[in-house]
Amino acid sequence: MGLLDARISNRNVLVTSVDNVMNWARLSSIWPMGFGLACCAIEMMATNASNYDLERFGIFPRSSPRQSDLMIVAGTVTMKMAEKVVTLYEQMPEPRYVLSMGSCSNCGGPYWNHGYHVLKGVDRVIPVDVYVPGCPPRPEALIGGLMKIQELIRMEGIGISRQEALKKLAEKSVDPQQVIDQARRATA
Amino acid sequence: MQELGKAELNATRIIRQDDNRVVIEKDLDTEYMVLSMGPQHPSTHGVLRLECITDGEVVVEAEPYLGYLHRCFEKYCEKVDYPGIVPYTDRMDYLAGMNTEFAYCIAVEKLLDIEIPRRVEFIRVIVAELNRIASHLVAIGTYGIDLGAFTPFLFCFRDREHILNLLEWISGARMLYNYMWIGGLSYDVPADFKKRVAEFITYFKPKVVELFQLLTENEIFVKRTKGIGIMPADVAINYAWSGPMLRGSGVKWDLRRNDPYSIYPELDFDVPVPDGKFSDVGDSLSRHLVRALEIDESLKIIEQCLDKMPEVEGFNSRAAIPKRIRPKAGEVYARAENPRGEVGFYIVSDGKSTKPLRCKARSSCFVNLSAMKDLSKGQLIPDLVAIIGSIDIVLGEVDR
Amino acid sequence: MDNGMEEAGNSMSAAVQQSKAAFDIIKRQFGPAVSEFDDNPTMPFFEVLDLSKWVEIALFMRDDVRLKFNYMACLSGVDYMEQEMLGIVCNFESIDKFTHRIAVKVKCQRDGGSIPSVSCVWHTANWHEREAYDMYGMTFEGHPDLRRILCPEDWTGFPLRKDYQVQETYHGIKVPY
Repeated sequence: MGLLDARISNRNVLVTSVDNVMNWARLSSIWPMGFGLACCAIEMMATNASNYDLERFGIFPRSSPRQSDLMIVAGTVTMKMAEKVVTLYEQMPEPRYVLSMGSCSNCGGPYWNHGYHVLKGVDRVIPVDVYVPGCPPRPEALIGGLMKIQELIRMEGIGISRQEALKKLAEKSVDPQQVIDQARRATA
Repeated sequence: MQELGKAELNATRIIRQDDNRVVIEKDLDTEYMVLSMGPQHPSTHGVLRLECITDGEVVVEAEPYLGYLHRCFEKYCEKVDYPGIVPYTDRMDYLAGMNTEFAYCIAVEKLLDIEIPRRVEFIRVIVAELNRIASHLVAIGTYGIDLGAFTPFLFCFRDREHILNLLEWISGARMLYNYMWIGGLSYDVPADFKKRVAEFITYFKPKVVELFQLLTENEIFVKRTKGIGIMPADVAINYAWSGPMLRGSGVKWDLRRNDPYSIYPELDFDVPVPDGKFSDVGDSLSRHLVRALEIDESLKIIEQCLDKMPEVEGFNSRAAIPKRIRPKAGEVYARAENPRGEVGFYIVSDGKSTKPLRCKARSSCFVNLSAMKDLSKGQLIPDLVAIIGSIDIVLGEVDR
Repeated sequence: MDNGMEEAGNSMSAAVQQSKAAFDIIKRQFGPAVSEFDDNPTMPFFEVLDLSKWVEIALFMRDDVRLKFNYMACLSGVDYMEQEMLGIVCNFESIDKFTHRIAVKVKCQRDGGSIPSVSCVWHTANWHEREAYDMYGMTFEGHPDLRRILCPEDWTGFPLRKDYQVQETYHGIKVPY
C-alpha cells in the first residue's frame, strides 16, 4: 500500500473511474496457466524462480486452466497437441489472454521448413495477444512480454472489445529509440 | 443359510435363506476407472500423457502416450547439412544441450576420422560436465516440487543460474548453445575462464551439502521414494536402461568408463552405485541418490580439467574444422554419457553429399520411459508421480 | 569403436576383432542364414538373410554363454530407396560379461514388407519397432502392440520415407508453413 499512501497523503477521497480500478486490480495479479511444452518452459520456470522472480509482479503459476487468466504457450505446438491447446483455451474463464513465448509458438520456429508434425504458429488455432520472440527468449524478454500484457489490460474497459484494446495498444507503442533519446536528454 | 455362489468382481453373494428364499447380496460395487494424466499436467515434466487404469487408488496399468512434442528431428537431419544439425541436437534434450552436441560431434568425427586439438577436448569436457551439473539440479529441483517440496526448487535454480551465466559468457546463449562444432568449438573460452570456474566450484561445494541436507536426507522425501518403483538389474538391462537409471539398479555401467571417448580415460572420478544402505537397490531413491552424488564427481572432473588444460598462444578453436564436411561412405553408431543415460547417433553417409543419408538419435529418455508400463503395476497414484520424477524425462528427447 | 584407427592394409583394431570373434560363433551356428562379416572400422555388422530365423538368432545372441548380448543399444529403421527395400539396423552390446559389440541388419520389401519382431527377446525393442513402423511402414510380425507411437493415430503416410509428401491439412488445421 506504499504507493497509495504516497499519493493520498493529505486527501482521503480518491476519484477515479471503475475501468481504472478494475484494470489495475487485474494487471497486478495475472495468474498464468503454466503451459510449458518444450525448452521455453524451462526459461519460464527460471523466470518464476528466485533470480528473475515473477511473483513480485503478482504472477503466480497455476496448474489448472479453470483458475488462470493468462496462457503462456511456451514451446513447440505439434499437430497432436493442437486440439488439446484449443480445449485448454476454451476451459479458461473470461477475461483471458494468450502470450506466445518463443519462435516455435510464434511461427513454427526452427521447424518451419521441414517439420511435418509442427504447428506453424499457435495463432493458427487460438487468438494470441502478445508475441515474445526468441529461441528461447531470455527471462527479461518474457518479463517484457508480460508487461506488454499489463499495458494491454490497462487499455481495456467495460464495453471495449479485445480487438479495440489491441488496436489502442499498437497505437500507443513508441519507438524504443525515442524513449532512449528522451531519457538521455533528461539526464544530460 | 447356504451360500450358492460368489462372484469376486463386484463381491456378490447368492444365498438361500432359511425360509427357502434366494437372496442376492452385494457389497460395494467397484469397477476399473480410466484416468488420463493428460498432456498438460504439472508433474509429468512436459507433455506426456499417461493413461492409467486404476482400481480405486491402485494403478493396474499406466501406459505412456508419446508424440506430443514430436518435432521431426530425423527428417531435418536428411534435409540440413552436417554442421546445421547441431542446433537441432541442442533442442532434443534442452536441459543438457552440450552433452547431446558432444555425442553428435564425436559420431561425425568418427566418420570423418579427424584429430581434435587437445585444448578443445578439455574445454568440451568442462562445459559438458557443467551442463551435467545444471541438468541434475533441474532434475532434483523438479523432483522435489513434484513431491511437494517447493524450497529445493528455488535453491537449485539459484545455483543453476550461476552455471548458466558461465555458459552464456562462453557461448553466447543460456540454454541452447550451438557451441560444439564438428571438429572444434565455435569460440575459444575467454581469458578469465579458469579463474571464474574455480570461483564457482568454491562457491558451489557447500551448496551441494546443503541440498543433501535439505532434500535427500529429509524424512518425508525418503518415505515417499524409498521402495517405490523397484527395477531389478537384469530387467533394467533388458529394457536397455542406461545412465543413472541403470546405476540406480546396482549395475556399475558408465560410458565414460566402459566405452570412453574424448579425454575421459585420463581423468580420475568415481562411478557412484548405491549399495542398499540408505535406499533399496533399484528404487526411486537410489536413482535420485545417483544423480545427487554425480554432482560431486562432475566437480572433481572439472577441477582436474582446469589443472590439465594446455594453454596455447593464439589458439583458434575452428582450426581443425574441415572446410566442407563430406564424410566418406559409411555408417557409425557413437554414443556419449548424457545426464539421463546413453545418447547415441546412428549416422549413415553416402559419401557424395554434405547431408546425412540417415541420422537416428537414440535417446535415453525414450528407452527409459518404455519400462513405465511394467514399473507402474500395483503402485498408488501418488507413487506414480514419484516414479516419473525419478526417471527424469525430458520430452524433447523422448519425442525428438 | 573406441580407438578404431585402421592401420595399413587389412589389419583390424582390437574392437573389430572382438566383433569378428563373436560373429564367427554365430556363423558357425546359423551358416547360410547370415551374411559375411563387414569389418569396417566404424560399425562392424552382419546381415540376416533368412528372415524366418531372425528371432532364433536373436535368442542365440542373447542367451549363448560365449556371446551374452543382453543390451540392445538401438534399433533404427532405414529406407534403402535404390534397392526398393526397408530395413532395420540393431546395435548390440554385452554388459558386465564381455566387451564385444556388434550390429545386425535385417531388410525387407518396401511395399508390405514384414520383419519378425524381437520384442520378446529384448523388451526395449517394443517401442523401437513401433517407432520404425510409424516412420517407415514396415510391419513387425509377432509384435504385441503395433501402432503409431510418435505421429497421431490417424496420420497418413510414413514420414521418414524418402518419397514422403506432407499432407495439406490435419483435422482442419493447415500443416505446411
